[in-house]
Amino acid sequence: MSAAASNAEFDAVIIGSGPAGATAAEVLTGAGWSVLMLEKGRNHLMALDPPFAPLGHVSNDELKFMRRYFLGPDPWLEPRTFRRTEADGERIETGDVNNLPSTVGGGGFHADGKLPRFRDDDFKPLSAAGPVEGAAIVDWPVDYDEMEPYYAAAERAVGVAGEAGANPFASWRADPYPMPAGPDMYCALLTARAATEMGYHPYRAPTGVNSVEYDGRPACNNCGFCGYFGCPIDAKGDPVAPLRHALQTGNCEIRDECVVTDVLLDRSGRRARGVRYLDRNLEPHEVSGRHVVLAGGAFETPRLLLRNELGHPDVVGRFLQFHFQTYVLGMFGERLHGHRGRSVTHLMDDPIVPDAAAMDAAREAGLPFIRGGIVEHGAAGHPILEGIHLPQGALHSQLMMQSMTRDRMAVFTMQGEDLPQATNRIDLDPHVRDAYGLPAGRATYAPHAHEIACAEHWAPRLEAVMREAGAQNTFWTTSPPIGGSMADRPGGRTPISRHIMGGARMGDDPATSVFDRWQRLHGVENVICTDSSVFPTSTGYGPTLTIVALAIRASRALAGLDPLRSERPS
Amino acid sequence: MGYLQAHELRTLAAAADRLVPPTDDGHPGAAALGVVDYIDGLLDAFSTDPPRIWAGGPFSGRAGGDTGFVRFMDLSSLEELAWRTRIEGSQGIPERERMGPITGWQAQYHSGLSALGADFGDLDSDQQTARLDADPEFRDLLYEHVVEGCYAAPEYGGNRNLDGWRAIDFPGDVQPRGYTDAEVEGRA
Repeated sequence: MSAAASNAEFDAVIIGSGPAGATAAEVLTGAGWSVLMLEKGRNHLMALDPPFAPLGHVSNDELKFMRRYFLGPDPWLEPRTFRRTEADGERIETGDVNNLPSTVGGGGFHADGKLPRFRDDDFKPLSAAGPVEGAAIVDWPVDYDEMEPYYAAAERAVGVAGEAGANPFASWRADPYPMPAGPDMYCALLTARAATEMGYHPYRAPTGVNSVEYDGRPACNNCGFCGYFGCPIDAKGDPVAPLRHALQTGNCEIRDECVVTDVLLDRSGRRARGVRYLDRNLEPHEVSGRHVVLAGGAFETPRLLLRNELGHPDVVGRFLQFHFQTYVLGMFGERLHGHRGRSVTHLMDDPIVPDAAAMDAAREAGLPFIRGGIVEHGAAGHPILEGIHLPQGALHSQLMMQSMTRDRMAVFTMQGEDLPQATNRIDLDPHVRDAYGLPAGRATYAPHAHEIACAEHWAPRLEAVMREAGAQNTFWTTSPPIGGSMADRPGGRTPISRHIMGGARMGDDPATSVFDRWQRLHGVENVICTDSSVFPTSTGYGPTLTIVALAIRASRALAGLDPLRSERPS
Repeated sequence: MGYLQAHELRTLAAAADRLVPPTDDGHPGAAALGVVDYIDGLLDAFSTDPPRIWAGGPFSGRAGGDTGFVRFMDLSSLEELAWRTRIEGSQGIPERERMGPITGWQAQYHSGLSALGADFGDLDSDQQTARLDADPEFRDLLYEHVVEGCYAAPEYGGNRNLDGWRAIDFPGDVQPRGYTDAEVEGRA
């Protein structure tokens, strides 16, 4: 590119190209803004010239995606560190700490695209259910009625297939899903039928994967390399759809392998004037922007703020939340062919709204309630993953042929709500640095008693569903591991949810939040954050659709576009 | 292509078969699946350009489309640094020692196979297991690579004739054909 182009002032510089950044780019370029997007990872998603076609890098290849860090970050180049509490010392793990892809497309690249909305009560957890000792539960500065049209816009932009009315716990929606639900996986049909018979309420998962041709992209062909892989045929809308829409305006430039080191402020210290970044040869550059959009995700955004001493020092990095995942595994006599289809095809919200038994369990644990998360009805992983976890020697070959832990296994994953705690935080590791010379981000994280009580209550109930569905054997485990469990060992102590929230929560009070209700940085109002750093609480739902909906809302406000509105049915 | 010496390859084949042995009812075992070629190809990945780290895409040709997997992909300079450090070790090179000195897989295989002994292939299975157990760190590294070689796409050198996938009734990559809705929803 010419020197003039690289030195131009952009209306917005967006840091990160995952769902948060891609959505901001789509909205801002649509408003006529010039946008520069800086992404630290490589581009494997699509050509950056018209017609923005797939590059052909994505493939059904377990080794490349699951073992060899194809989507980045390479944990040796970009280590993160982890400790449970300060009592662990400086760190107990170094490397992959709940890493999301570092590549053009970010976390959306590898997600299997389950895109549920939050409910009314999720935006006002303090008002709806009250406080919990030791947790900083707060209401969000936005409510469901205001969010509904942004959810609808997010579902249209990404392309979500689903079945309106199928989830009795869902809040109202003005419109049907843009596409009908896709085909159901055989294993999920078995477990969903059993769950229904036992009084639970499974429903076909709203999924950001095309069930029919949509937005110029084909219907999914069920290849099964979905969760943790990219889509080789562009049937998955997040993040290819918003990025392609942004590029099609001609107003968006994406520079990959560019790591932002600093947000630059003007002399007043109250306005950003651009950013400094390192290119792929580690050469520094400065670029001017009238606005800066932080969209590096809830681990990298707090890390950038801390490095730049931006945001309230008592709040930045704190209230880090991951989702406390409970896995219930059922082994069946028959082969379930979970390698066909989109990894997970049914959800149920029952653990989010405590029933009488869950309230009894809460009382026994000395808690006012236990609030779990969606239960994903899905399949096990791929064969290298299966093989590595089997015993070495003669048993390996026998067990691989039987495939009790892959082809005969169904899996429930509960995305348990993770209560916000000030002590759970991201800060800068005092010694470990990445390949760019920057201090590694360090997570300090231990679950609240609520999360553990919730897992211990729901795991046996979900095992009973598995047995009703036909499982001959069941077991359960959690991430992070519950102390003393088999998984509680070096190398296995970091959460692996790939859902990261908080770390720079939004709110109206600059003394207790980092961003305001429009996701503007308190004190530096031309900097906004569109990623899940701003989430005040984690809820029991996957964060992506809410990230996208909030990003549409914040970006429209930034660009001076009218708010979206819809009518709650009376 | 090839990094290890002939005597090391013989020891490696025997050790791989001890960790993933053949069965008389359909699993060929690691050696017959080409795991030795897989591991030797990994240790020697940078003898070709691009290196044998990431197979290309989007299709292998097995379910239609082009044979893209055989075209390995370029690494960025930082990715090459990471993979060379992992395979070759840090060797006192400052940029490879940012996280401290690293013994590469090449050196781990030389010393690990040497410690298993030139007579490893002649031992009975209990004796082989005991030798492997004497160095759990090397045994576990070897096991992960053996499993990869058995069940990764054959373009990486193992899973010969797709016999690894066949033994476990796994169809492998299926793009661009995919599965029909009836195949997703119905019984196996």
